[in-house]
Amino acid sequence: MNDLPPIPLPAEGVDTGSPPAGGSMPLDGPALGRPGGGAMIELKAIRKAFNQGRPNEFWALNGIDLTIEAKKVTAFQGPSGSGKTTLLTIVGCLARPTSGRVRLAEDDISGLPERFLTGIRRSTFGFVFQQFNLVKGLSALENVMLPAFPTGRPHRELRSHAESLLDRLKLAHRREARVEWLSGGEQQRVAIARALVNDPQVLIADEPTANLDTALSREFMGILESLNAEGRTVILTSHDPLVVESAAVHRVVSMRDGQLVEN
Amino acid sequence: MNASIEKQRHLIDFTLASLARRKTKNLGLLLVYTLLVFVLASVSLYTHALRQEAARVLERSPEIILQRMVAGRHDLIPPGYLERIGRIRGVQTIEGRLWGYYYDPVVKANYTFMAPAAEAVRPGTLTVGPAVARSRGLAPGNTISFRAYSGKLFAFTVAGVLPHASELVSADLVLMGEADFRAFFDYPAGHHTDIALSVANPLEVRTVAAKLAAALPDSRPILREEVLRTYASVFDWREGIVLALLSAAIFAFAILAWEKASGLSAEEKREIGILKAIGWETGDVIKMKLWEGGLVSLTAFLAGFVAAYLQVFRLGAPLFEPVLKGWAVLYPRFELVPAIDGLQVATLFFFTVFPYMAAVLVPIWRTAITDPDSAMRS
Amino acid sequence: MKLRPSSLAFVALGLAAAGFAATFLDAAWLRSRDAPQLAERGALAARLGLTDLALFTEARYTRHPSQADLHSAFQDHPVALEHFPTGSLLPPPAALIAHHERLDRKTAASD
Ligand SMILES: Nc1ncnc2c1ncn2[C@@H]1O[C@H](COP(=O)(O)OP(=O)(O)O)[C@@H](O)[C@H]1O
Ligand SMILES: [Mg+2]
Repeated sequence: MNDLPPIPLPAEGVDTGSPPAGGSMPLDGPALGRPGGGAMIELKAIRKAFNQGRPNEFWALNGIDLTIEAKKVTAFQGPSGSGKTTLLTIVGCLARPTSGRVRLAEDDISGLPERFLTGIRRSTFGFVFQQFNLVKGLSALENVMLPAFPTGRPHRELRSHAESLLDRLKLAHRREARVEWLSGGEQQRVAIARALVNDPQVLIADEPTANLDTALSREFMGILESLNAEGRTVILTSHDPLVVESAAVHRVVSMRDGQLVEN
Repeated sequence: MNASIEKQRHLIDFTLASLARRKTKNLGLLLVYTLLVFVLASVSLYTHALRQEAARVLERSPEIILQRMVAGRHDLIPPGYLERIGRIRGVQTIEGRLWGYYYDPVVKANYTFMAPAAEAVRPGTLTVGPAVARSRGLAPGNTISFRAYSGKLFAFTVAGVLPHASELVSADLVLMGEADFRAFFDYPAGHHTDIALSVANPLEVRTVAAKLAAALPDSRPILREEVLRTYASVFDWREGIVLALLSAAIFAFAILAWEKASGLSAEEKREIGILKAIGWETGDVIKMKLWEGGLVSLTAFLAGFVAAYLQVFRLGAPLFEPVLKGWAVLYPRFELVPAIDGLQVATLFFFTVFPYMAAVLVPIWRTAITDPDSAMRS
Repeated sequence: MKLRPSSLAFVALGLAAAGFAATFLDAAWLRSRDAPQLAERGALAARLGLTDLALFTEARYTRHPSQADLHSAFQDHPVALEHFPTGSLLPPPAALIAHHERLDRKTAASD
């Protein structure tokens, strides 16, 4: 399953994710870490509180210092509730840390306004959620195209790009099917195709094999490997030995109670 | 194609695909919405056309009608009155009018009998209005007899029927010669019903009326502008009644639309979270919903308006006619000349399209500004 | 390739907008077609000195609302000329007509 054909990067100059007009902001989504640059991610003293200031205040992350290498596969492991998902939301610009700094390819993005974070998220990160989070009622193809809608990419081009992604993930025959009719494995491959449609540098997957059987999990790891082989950074969480002990994973980071634990 | 246009088209594609998921429900809503616009537009088109018709037909009626009042009631103009008015500057013509009402027990309808000054009707003959001719089955040459209020029976020959085109003002008219009129009603010689004055300069009408009121303290001048305003308010009132009757339906729809548009299901909230997580900005989500609201309400507005137009001006307004026109035993048959008031259309647009847009937007705004990390936790 | 939903929407909206525009054109056409009849109505009103529409013929103050007594009921306000019973939405019940007809000194027999 490791023989997935490479997914071509879009030709230089194709605007895959124009972020909001930013004037002199330090960052520009699509230029981030491109071309081929190592979009190294640095976390410094990251703390994240939920319900801060209220009686049920809870610190999900408690001082994380970590550098995630570009073009490598990094896995977070740890018991449920240890803060893996929370960390992914911060790395993937879905949430801001309560304190601490996030640096993406040398740029500090912790203080950026929401609009810019969205632009970075769209162009730099692709997400494969634990529950896949496909939009029900829409076809597989429509789901794959969704993240590219705000970029204004021409319909024809976007459609054929999405079709080629589904094709590579062996889903060409299912592209007009509503996603709720697809099996778990197929849904995940649709989710992967969707994560790739804006051609992101970094792929983020939360518990990707939690809903898959062994064969499908192996297949997923194969896809992962081929994506990494193209130069994409992959960050995932898992407590599945099949993932953590896989040869495709370059580095395993363990977590407990919102902190990193030495292996 | 321009990327920002393409982006809007993508948003439209998505919002339509979303709507298509609950086809029956959304089509049902569109239908009810269209129906509401149809009803409101029908009412407003119809009454506006009636008001216009009244204004344009009556803009050539006499500038001033002078009534005499006795003990606060309309009374006959005695002989010598016309002379007492004498010459007032600005008045072109003064003429005493002779007209009255007659109840016809055969068809249980009231006619307006009139002895026109401008038109010589030969003694013993009548010219009748189209509705009178229709209800009594009259044609030129027929004979008809009326029993006067004195008890005497009078027979007349129908000399002619007024043209159908004028039915709105002439449906119940019975025109007769002056001598016949006075004999039929035992109308005292030299008396008139009222006095019509024509004034050339519209700016002088009020001055002339004030002079008349001063010179003849027992008279009451009625200006044409008052007549026109009376008709405007009659149809305003009827429109208001219909809208009041419809208000329950309007409120029901408002609740339905609000419920549908604003009541975001957990599913929709989840979807917005997903869209934001995969790179949609808050603004994109809102624009997408704006398109939904805009497309739905614009389609409903346009379709409802076109249907209302066809109903009112092409099919004779079968639905609201009785309420808007009123009823009568002798009812004029007339086709309304279409009149569309731009301001009225704009008002209708505003009150049907904007509330829906607001209903769509308000809850989306609240949801769309929530954090995108919820998608990771569903 | 399947037609995009947005294309379908534009076509539908375009048709509806064309229909909307057509109503204005149709109205203008009907107006010019009916202009002679309107003129005829106006001419008759001018010739006979008519002051009211022959819509409600049931009572004198509804047949000629503008010519009714100044001091009859509900006429006191200068801008509120009364126009009731005919303002009702339906004809009165037939039983009532028969009952009141005699009192109104109106002949029951036809002549
Ligand atoms: N939105 C939230 N509000 C309050 N507590 C939360 C929220 N999200 C996560 N938590 C808590 O933070 C801790 C870490 O959660 P999470 O990052 O999902 O852990 P993991 O993915 O390792 O299982 C958990 O105890 C969880 O209950
Ligand atoms: Mg988790």
